[in-house]
Amino acid sequence: MKSHVTFRNIVVAALLVMLALVPLYSAWIGNNFALILFTRIVILAIAAVSLNLIMGYGGMVSFGHAAYLGIGAYVVGILAYEGVPSGFLQWPLALVVSGLFALLIGALSLRTRGVYFIMITLAFAQMIYYVAVSLSRYGADDGLTIYRRSQFGGLDLSNKVVFYYVCLALLLLVILIVWRIVNSRFGMVIRGAKSNERRMRAIGFPTFRYRLTCFVISGVICGLSGALLANHTEFVSPADMHWTRSGDLIIMVVLGGMGSLFGPVIGAVAFLLLEEGLARLTEYWQIIFGPLLLAVVLYARGGIDGLLAGGKRG
Amino acid sequence: MHAAESMACLREVNVAEPLLEIENLSKRFGGIVASDNITLSVEKGELHAIIGPNGAGKTTLISQLTGELTPNAGRVRFAGEDITAMQPWRRSLQGLARSFQITSVFLDLTVLDNVALAVQAHAGHSFQFWKNSRKDPSIREPARAALAHVGLSGREDTVVSRMSHGEHRQLEIAMALATKPRMLLLDEPMAGMGPDESARLVKLLKELKNEYTILLIEHDMEAVFALADRISVLVYGRVIASGLPDDIRKDAEVRRAYLGEEKRAKHV
Repeated sequence: MKSHVTFRNIVVAALLVMLALVPLYSAWIGNNFALILFTRIVILAIAAVSLNLIMGYGGMVSFGHAAYLGIGAYVVGILAYEGVPSGFLQWPLALVVSGLFALLIGALSLRTRGVYFIMITLAFAQMIYYVAVSLSRYGADDGLTIYRRSQFGGLDLSNKVVFYYVCLALLLLVILIVWRIVNSRFGMVIRGAKSNERRMRAIGFPTFRYRLTCFVISGVICGLSGALLANHTEFVSPADMHWTRSGDLIIMVVLGGMGSLFGPVIGAVAFLLLEEGLARLTEYWQIIFGPLLLAVVLYARGGIDGLLAGGKRG
Repeated sequence: MHAAESMACLREVNVAEPLLEIENLSKRFGGIVASDNITLSVEKGELHAIIGPNGAGKTTLISQLTGELTPNAGRVRFAGEDITAMQPWRRSLQGLARSFQITSVFLDLTVLDNVALAVQAHAGHSFQFWKNSRKDPSIREPARAALAHVGLSGREDTVVSRMSHGEHRQLEIAMALATKPRMLLLDEPMAGMGPDESARLVKLLKELKNEYTILLIEHDMEAVFALADRISVLVYGRVIASGLPDDIRKDAEVRRAYLGEEKRAKHV
């Protein structure tokens, strides 16, 4: 067996410790800026982990993953607006609705391959985006303000530190779930279908139902991320599911390392910190970010995680 | 007494019945007839070889047997059941295993993972999300056994993309065996192999012949005549001859259409 003490694992462990210490750091320097930024990072990391499950392990490049982020957020926002503040209702419903949409979108898009798959997932996400824009009762394209975060009895999510730790705990739970999935029988089927679907069918796998299930699991996890995002910003708007957000999620996964368990977390941290840092330097921060991303895609095909592991995965 | 007799009789009838029956199978691609009214059968326990020049429609035929292509007309029956319209994965579960002419494996997985997937496909559904399948002996052990069978022991943890072509061919067969098939469809298993590798594979196929019914498509005439119980000759999508190896060797039409050409080509 390989040793678990590798440079990469030390970096990942350090990253997790750092994430756990963010609230202490925030309290120490006496402002909430870092805490709020990292809450957002942790929430979007959950979405990136969900995208990595289908894209990195399953080879399904969804260019509409922000749709589930938006659906999860809107379920929480609409229920809050309609006088249902209970998180025990809001969150499960956000997961179920996201899952149903993923089932519908997956059932149609997974019949296609490659560019067509990418375009169909994008088309569905745009349709859902425009539905949100047309929801005049819920603020249309101005969005909808949430006046109360989800209510969980004694758990006070309006406390920023509590909320941060809830998000972090859910991120770790999601990573645990994805880790178990990708090494299970189900996960091996998903990997096999990515590698050579024709062969999978020839050895006796009805691949469609496994890929669809994986797509739905990913949508559900991304819906959770959306429910958290709505609580974080206390606001939902169609911008949550704009196609550029789907692009951001893909960039996080590619930047961090596709098909690596912690890659998307590294990617989310790197992407959002770079965005924050570079935006301070210049309004045109993408001019710096673009070439950086190109360099990663061209020279480090396993992403940052691949670099840390010594390029063996690339 | 009477009942037992008729049972025995029935069993005999079953044994005599062919495992695979192809009836009037036709497949057209536009104006090209790739399979022209093909009728042949493979009996249980025999090794039936199909030979024919390039473009004769051999792989097209195999693809219709595995379900990747749907015939325009005709029927395919396997173990008495009509499988003409059956999905490829379902045919595999019925016991029809295929190896590919152009190596088709999981290049980014390890050798053992490749074969384990084939075992897993036939070990019930795979909606199991939590247990680590790489530590599941009920999958890994049969996979190791299949690798040992084809002589790939010791290569379990190698990533497939780093193996040689000859080893890929062996892996193809190991994956077919791992599905515990009732019949093997081998599409040019010796394609691209050196003489030593070919000789080793012929030896392996001789062993497999005793355990499985095999439909073998092969270009290597020496191997075909060494292995086959029966041979069918396919030319332009039609079966022009079918019979024992000696009869095929003597058949004038076959010599003209195929063997003669081959000889001439060798002498030039």
